Amino acid sequence: MKTFKLGGIHPSENKFSAKQAIKTAPIPAQAVIMLGQCLGAPSTPLVAKGDEVKVGTLLAKPSGFVSTSVHASVSGKVLKIEDVVDASGYKRAAIVIDVAGDEWEPSIDRSPAIVKEITATKEEIIAKVAEFGIVGLGGATFPTHIKLTPPPGKIAEVLLINAVECEPYLTSDHQLMLEKGEEILVGVRLLMKAIGVSKAIIGIENNKPDAIELLSRIAQQYSEIEICPLKVQYPQGGEKQLIDATIGRQVPSGTLPIEVGAVVQNVGTAFAVYEAVQKNKPLFERIITVTGKSVKKPANLLARIGTPLSELIDFCGGLPDDTGKVIGGGPMMGKALTTLSVPMTKGSSGLLIMPSLEAERGKMNNCIRCAKCVSVCPMGLEPFLLMSLSEQEIADWATAEQQHIMDCVECGSCSYTCPSNRPLLDYIRLGKNKVGGIIRSRK
Amino acid sequence: MSKLIVSPSPHVHSGDSVSKNMYGVLIALVPALLASLYFFGVGALIVSMVAVVSCVVFEYLIQRFILKYKTTVSDGSAILTGLLLAFNLPSNLPVWIIIIGSLVAIGVGKLSFGGLGNNLFNPALVGRVFLLISFPVQMTSWPVPLGFDTAYIDAQTGATALAMMKNHFGTLPSTSDMLFGQMGGSLGEVSGIALLIGFAFLLFRKIISWHIPVSIFVTVAVMTGLMHWANPQEYASPIAHLFTGGLMLGAIFMATDYVTSPMSKKGMIIFGVGIGVITVCIRVFAAFPEGVSFAILIMNAFTPLINKYVKPKRYGEVIKK
Amino acid sequence: MDISAIIVLGGIGALAAVILYIAAQKFKVYEDPRIDEVESVLPAANCGGCGFPGCRGFADACVKADSLESLNCPVGAAEVMTKVAGILGLEAVAADPLIAVVRCNGTCENRAQVNNYDGATSCAIAAALYGGETNCSYGCLGLGDCVVSCSFDAIFVNPETGIPEVDEDKCTACGACVRACPKLLIELRKKGPKSRRIFVSCMNKDKGGPAKKACAVACIGCGKCEKVCEFEAITIENNLAYIDYTRCRLCRKCVEVCPTNAIHELNFPPRKIKEAVAEAAK
Repeated sequence: MKTFKLGGIHPSENKFSAKQAIKTAPIPAQAVIMLGQCLGAPSTPLVAKGDEVKVGTLLAKPSGFVSTSVHASVSGKVLKIEDVVDASGYKRAAIVIDVAGDEWEPSIDRSPAIVKEITATKEEIIAKVAEFGIVGLGGATFPTHIKLTPPPGKIAEVLLINAVECEPYLTSDHQLMLEKGEEILVGVRLLMKAIGVSKAIIGIENNKPDAIELLSRIAQQYSEIEICPLKVQYPQGGEKQLIDATIGRQVPSGTLPIEVGAVVQNVGTAFAVYEAVQKNKPLFERIITVTGKSVKKPANLLARIGTPLSELIDFCGGLPDDTGKVIGGGPMMGKALTTLSVPMTKGSSGLLIMPSLEAERGKMNNCIRCAKCVSVCPMGLEPFLLMSLSEQEIADWATAEQQHIMDCVECGSCSYTCPSNRPLLDYIRLGKNKVGGIIRSRK
Repeated sequence: MSKLIVSPSPHVHSGDSVSKNMYGVLIALVPALLASLYFFGVGALIVSMVAVVSCVVFEYLIQRFILKYKTTVSDGSAILTGLLLAFNLPSNLPVWIIIIGSLVAIGVGKLSFGGLGNNLFNPALVGRVFLLISFPVQMTSWPVPLGFDTAYIDAQTGATALAMMKNHFGTLPSTSDMLFGQMGGSLGEVSGIALLIGFAFLLFRKIISWHIPVSIFVTVAVMTGLMHWANPQEYASPIAHLFTGGLMLGAIFMATDYVTSPMSKKGMIIFGVGIGVITVCIRVFAAFPEGVSFAILIMNAFTPLINKYVKPKRYGEVIKK
Repeated sequence: MDISAIIVLGGIGALAAVILYIAAQKFKVYEDPRIDEVESVLPAANCGGCGFPGCRGFADACVKADSLESLNCPVGAAEVMTKVAGILGLEAVAADPLIAVVRCNGTCENRAQVNNYDGATSCAIAAALYGGETNCSYGCLGLGDCVVSCSFDAIFVNPETGIPEVDEDKCTACGACVRACPKLLIELRKKGPKSRRIFVSCMNKDKGGPAKKACAVACIGCGKCEKVCEFEAITIENNLAYIDYTRCRLCRKCVEVCPTNAIHELNFPPRKIKEAVAEAAK
């Protein structure tokens, strides 16, 4: 069984919502669509208060190179454009739409037929991916069209599809593969055409044998697509780890995957690309897992961007009484939410509700130098050292940089494994911010 | 609904803790403890109990009344230090000497450096070496294993196998006696089999990695093997070296002490090889018959240096095309 | 026999002395002796508050400078700077003594907590993660980065309010806490006559409604203080008032008109009139 070479952990999988058929979440009465929907700059709004919009209407255009288009996920009237509190408790600009009916833009093909034939050219695919606001749906939300255009001088050799879903609890990609296998493979072929590669590998963790089996069967039609089962080990779905596991190459420090000829896309992104190119459908809804030990009905929901998360929780049986923490995303890399009124965004892959007993961190002790953080680090770093460098009163950023703090992928394996409950990643992330700032200021 | 908890990721934890690791090592020491009770009888029990209790009491008293901070007795590290110290003592050692050893181990070896995590040297070995230098006679009068013996102070004493090897007298114990522990020595070190069972348990529970013990074993086996091959009359066989003296105990339980061993796998191997080389040199060439304790302490001193210069292999370090 | 040993050893000693002497002469680095002299009167706190790496760096800069105008040791203040000026034969430039003020009054009472932070005890980490335990994302996080940064024990978090307080006697205005606070709440302001000073104890840039909702003593940017100020010391930007301490004459009119008590006065004698009015109102 293939896997990445360094480190790794195996947290309890807790996939309660596995094999739950995708349900469509109700359309909210009011949708709040954040203007910052991707990793880059917030988009520039194109609508004004009082404008009528349909499902799929372009609401905002990219405001820079790394930015994305934002489309209406509901039909109705724009109520206001103002700053709302987002998941991090800071205020960010958003478009609020009062929902009326569910009228879609007529250009969107809503028929259930699967369009397998690819007629679009390479340029048309990339243009549509950009136009319809596709971003990486694994959680990083990097605009997909940028990744499809390798920088000059670099040649892509292989497309890697990340269907690992190594985060515990989350099952949205798994269920999507089970239900939309044909469409995903068309999406993969579209991506291959856009990048200009003749080989694609879909990496799936071995705890999803049904998805591996199904996709392998469909992939028999396409000789250029290979399904690669991977060992169940976190962070198998990390971009760099996936490249190492599937094609045995390691991305040099400080460079992008294209350096080793790989382009990595999430399986959900492949599906969104299929819908955009073959069905003219902008990215305004996605699959989100709502789960947790005390959640009554853990589910995989197809929900519109802009739906308040509290409504999704209500749809799954309401917020349990013992709730201690609500996490947007998975338990390893997700963000804890301060309030449930925040809306869904393009990057919302999961909503994990943790009971208060499990939510609190344990008491922190002295570092006993057990070296477990070193042995689990998938990047071969020394987390204990990086933490002590940024924790000390006068932090030593120069040494932290020498010790490759910027290589950290923030997978959280070190904090997970530390027997002394030390907040290793908290401090390493702080160090990354500082060192990143220092590196940028040097240029 | 109460207030939501907010923290940076990750939001789950392995559930591992310092005390789990310490108690894990203690469980791994149980077979050796039983073996020592079998061979040395009541003396082993008294020595172990006194060492454990006095280590815990000293840790509590020093933290509570001298350093004045919350005591960490409950993490089990003092119990472990006590038991490891006891395992390195002869089973007929007077109680007052054991108490002094415990005080040195906990007070000087551990708390004077700032407690668990900050000590440079293995506390139990600091205590042991202190006693060895201060009370050389008592520390080297090894009781002869007589099955379950009820005698304590006035137990019958004899020489260890290593002393015999060194000075070429007597007959070495048979190989099976060496494996099971039917020979003179410190109470916890005699039974190689019991210690290896503990090693298997530690590896199975992933409390330690194999690197340090195995590199020590291999180094000692290769060095003594070469010497034995060159001159079998002068030098004992590798088996005899591996299973006599404190080598097993030292390699499995003392050298692998988290705090005082290197962090990277490469560093661990360098550390292990260093211990192996120094041990063999002391055993074969120096005045002392046994050198594991000294070898570990010397390599402990090198640990910060190894940590500084030996780094784990990083992702992307070797570019494959 | 004995004599030869003495000769050999004595010879080696003499030779070494000669080599050392030559080396010392050859590689001599001239250092202005006044640097040592200046350094000896500096406080030796090495806090970096002057902007130089340690006290020696500052002494070096003073010796090289033609005038002491832009050089100030915030720790030693006027007293030390006069001594430095004396050594160097320059004129001492009097700098107004400064002191750190914390511009947040979001105590547990004034500002309701809405979530529990459970991460590492560091303001920088919490600030990078999210807006904080209250609905005011501009206010103090109370995790004490300023306390850690202070070399003089001059700032401490009051356990009752959760807000840092500055010890006026100990604060040397070195600015370490100003740099440490990720919310930029701490400002060095003129200490003022008899330590009297007035400042807006809020950094909330939200509009009045949300700001007031999040914190009872937030500045709501109403502009009353700006209007009442006769010296044009107060400006309002992004729904937040700021008092320019170089213009403020400590008349305290703004303190009286502030509807949310966001403007603080420190070390003033109690105000008789206001108390009388308040009692009359009862």
